[in-house]
Amino acid sequence: MNFSFRSKRIAGILTIVPANERSFVEDMKNFNFPEARSLKLKQVMGFDKHRVVMPGVCVSDLAVAGLEHLFKNGLLDRDGFDALILVTQSPDHFMPPTSNIIQGRLNLKHDLLCMDINQGCAGFVIGLIQAFMLLEQESVRRVVLINADVLSRKTSPKDRNSYPLVGDAASITIVERDPEDSVIHTSLKMDGTRNEALMIPAGGLRLPSSPETAVLEDVGDNNLRAKDHLRMDGSAVFNFVQIEVPELIENLLAAASVPLEKVDYVLSHQANRFMLEKLADKLKLPRAKMPSNVVEHFGNSSGVTIPMVITFNLAEHLRQNRSQVILASYGVGLTWSAMLLQLGGLKFCEMIEYP
Amino acid sequence: MKTIADILKEIRPEFDFTTSTDFKADGMLDSFDMVTLVATLDKTYGISISGADIVPENFQNLETIAALLRKNGVQP
Repeated sequence: MNFSFRSKRIAGILTIVPANERSFVEDMKNFNFPEARSLKLKQVMGFDKHRVVMPGVCVSDLAVAGLEHLFKNGLLDRDGFDALILVTQSPDHFMPPTSNIIQGRLNLKHDLLCMDINQGCAGFVIGLIQAFMLLEQESVRRVVLINADVLSRKTSPKDRNSYPLVGDAASITIVERDPEDSVIHTSLKMDGTRNEALMIPAGGLRLPSSPETAVLEDVGDNNLRAKDHLRMDGSAVFNFVQIEVPELIENLLAAASVPLEKVDYVLSHQANRFMLEKLADKLKLPRAKMPSNVVEHFGNSSGVTIPMVITFNLAEHLRQNRSQVILASYGVGLTWSAMLLQLGGLKFCEMIEYP
Repeated sequence: MKTIADILKEIRPEFDFTTSTDFKADGMLDSFDMVTLVATLDKTYGISISGADIVPENFQNLETIAALLRKNGVQP
């Protein structure tokens, strides 16, 4: 399905990464796998370093630190927004919503719509869609969109399929009305029949966590994982992305009557370097127009990777200039989405460490 | 020019790929090996195998890999 939004813009982006850095070489010691093969994988997939939280750190800790940074530096007025959207798959609790926990910890005003959205790697575009819709209301002047996940806490360190690429992080994106008559085009698709391709099987009410669900099992290829852990069918996800995402982007461009050559960057979810290079090749897009260096420096932090690819690669450029970009995100659900917009003239575009 | 078997041998030196007709069923090639193989084939032959073609059926044995290369304009 397609959406379009008029006169909305992203005004600033902050990403928050844990100061704790792990290296793939360290992780390799946990894998029951020959070192030479692991090193080949490192080269192809771009695994090198990733940021993970220390034990006990939750999504609200990263979000609160980020908002306090913005308040303290005069980049956001604590009463200057009317909605706070949190997109996460690793909330502090089942209930209450973590967005309310953030509101409470910062003692924010009561005239504030707080909302949690359970979404993952496609969560930046999903969050933006929600923010743009809220801005149709006169009472909503500005929306704070937070994407945050600490999925390292739900990933088995002995699972070579997922642990080396997972990263924890948060981002805060300020969304507001654009005084210019700009148009943002969006395409989105979902397929719930493939919901098991990315899943944490236990811990919900269908299969509550128990001593049995915490037991590490041999799940093939010498990987050990419990039902409490993130499970990713890497081959299924890879093929899903390669087949569905190029078509979605082509349809988006056709709907917007914009040729790909007029797009400055395709800012994709950062799954791994190999997947992104294949995606760029399929689109016949120069690889330099699709930066793919986030996983090797920070890991794949779910819905935060698009804000991170922006703050890591384009911060200076987007503070000074505007570029026509496509945001392409895809993952759990399964969900795939793409958004075409003018991005730039940002009030802030930076990355900080926690703590 | 290296043969497909040479390239596979570099990735998994412990196996003889000329004797198997189903690498996955015989436990010789997992999904990450497939990724390493594609990256090596791309580099060796100066091609970019489509991501949509990176499926187990195309990496079942030496003949299916050769067919994939032919599809990409390479005569292995």
